Amino acid sequence: MANNTAQLQEKTHPMEDLLRMDRMPHIWCSGCGLGSAVTAFVEGLKKAGVSYDKTAIVSGIGCTGRVAGYVRLDSYHTTHGRAIPFATGLKLANRDLTVFVFSGDGDLFAIGGNHLIHAARRNVDINVICVNNFIYGMTGGQNAPTTPLGAYSSTAPFGNYEMPFNLVGIAAASGASYVARWTTMHARRLTDSIATAANKKGFCFIEIVSPCATVFARKNGGGTGLDLLKEFQTRSIIDHEADPTQIPLTMDNEIVCGEFVNEDSPTFWENVQAGIKSQLEKFSNWEEMQSNSRKIPHKTIRKYTSSRDS
Amino acid sequence: MRFWEKPFGKEKPKTICGEIHIINDRCKGCSFCIEYCPRDVLELSKDFNKKGYHPPIVAKPDMCTFCGLCEMICPDFAIFVTEKEE
Repeated sequence: MANNTAQLQEKTHPMEDLLRMDRMPHIWCSGCGLGSAVTAFVEGLKKAGVSYDKTAIVSGIGCTGRVAGYVRLDSYHTTHGRAIPFATGLKLANRDLTVFVFSGDGDLFAIGGNHLIHAARRNVDINVICVNNFIYGMTGGQNAPTTPLGAYSSTAPFGNYEMPFNLVGIAAASGASYVARWTTMHARRLTDSIATAANKKGFCFIEIVSPCATVFARKNGGGTGLDLLKEFQTRSIIDHEADPTQIPLTMDNEIVCGEFVNEDSPTFWENVQAGIKSQLEKFSNWEEMQSNSRKIPHKTIRKYTSSRDS
Repeated sequence: MRFWEKPFGKEKPKTICGEIHIINDRCKGCSFCIEYCPRDVLELSKDFNKKGYHPPIVAKPDMCTFCGLCEMICPDFAIFVTEKEE
């Protein structure tokens, strides 16, 4: 082992070019799946071959909101729930950028739910990665809109009575171009999915089901992060043909993973361009009008008349 | 007499070997890498690191085939594999 540690000094971690190693170790708990999600994200970016200078990452608030601070890219750490509005502005102002939104289920679907469905409706060219850990982890395990029916949380000590959101169903129904769901177990498939999303036009939504060992598993008897990961392994099935609106996440049923939607539809900016062009084409002599307008010497023709002159 | 290829056992095919590097003080002891190593290369150490967790140790260094699954699944960026140079 002494030999091993001696060589450690020479070689550095292969992801050090994209991660801010001065901020490590990160704040995420032991057994949390967020680190695996960030690894998949970084590997996916490398695989996609996008320019790192032209990539931006936007995060909201929460455990997952810390991702923007740990990645050595242009990053925004925005207000709670408003990651997608910031990302939309970023994308429309600088359309060369590949914009990623990396945030949690509470940030994207509770406080920022409307932003997500409207960004999906407009088909803005951003990639949203939502890490779903079924609970508000950072604030102490309160009920989230993704907490399954019957699960326990700090604010639901007798079990949750509310129906949870089906995140992929909402994204697909709102008109996203690419919808996928993976767990942190599916590291390689998740990497491929993120690489696909980075090179795809339109609104891409990837849900990552992640274990929350400290809060969700403690309240629900799930064991450690490793036990949750094993549970994901036994419960998850891959079905690319599944209808995303029919596969909610529950406490006991299988976790259906896969790429559910992968279609090409015009993005928001393409629609804007097409709309403006069709309006301008109504003026067939538009260029002529523009050139004439500069020739009209308004000020010389205009006669200034006042009551005092007469 | 000439053979199309050399007789079996004459020349061993080259296998890719990996070399595992563990950054002990960054590990949080979740033991994902130990569980999901396909060839059980890693084991839980009895020593503590700076933060009081048990980091993994390389128990069978020759078994590693450079699949990189430990690197992909580690949530703390504390383990990575390089190809062993012969």
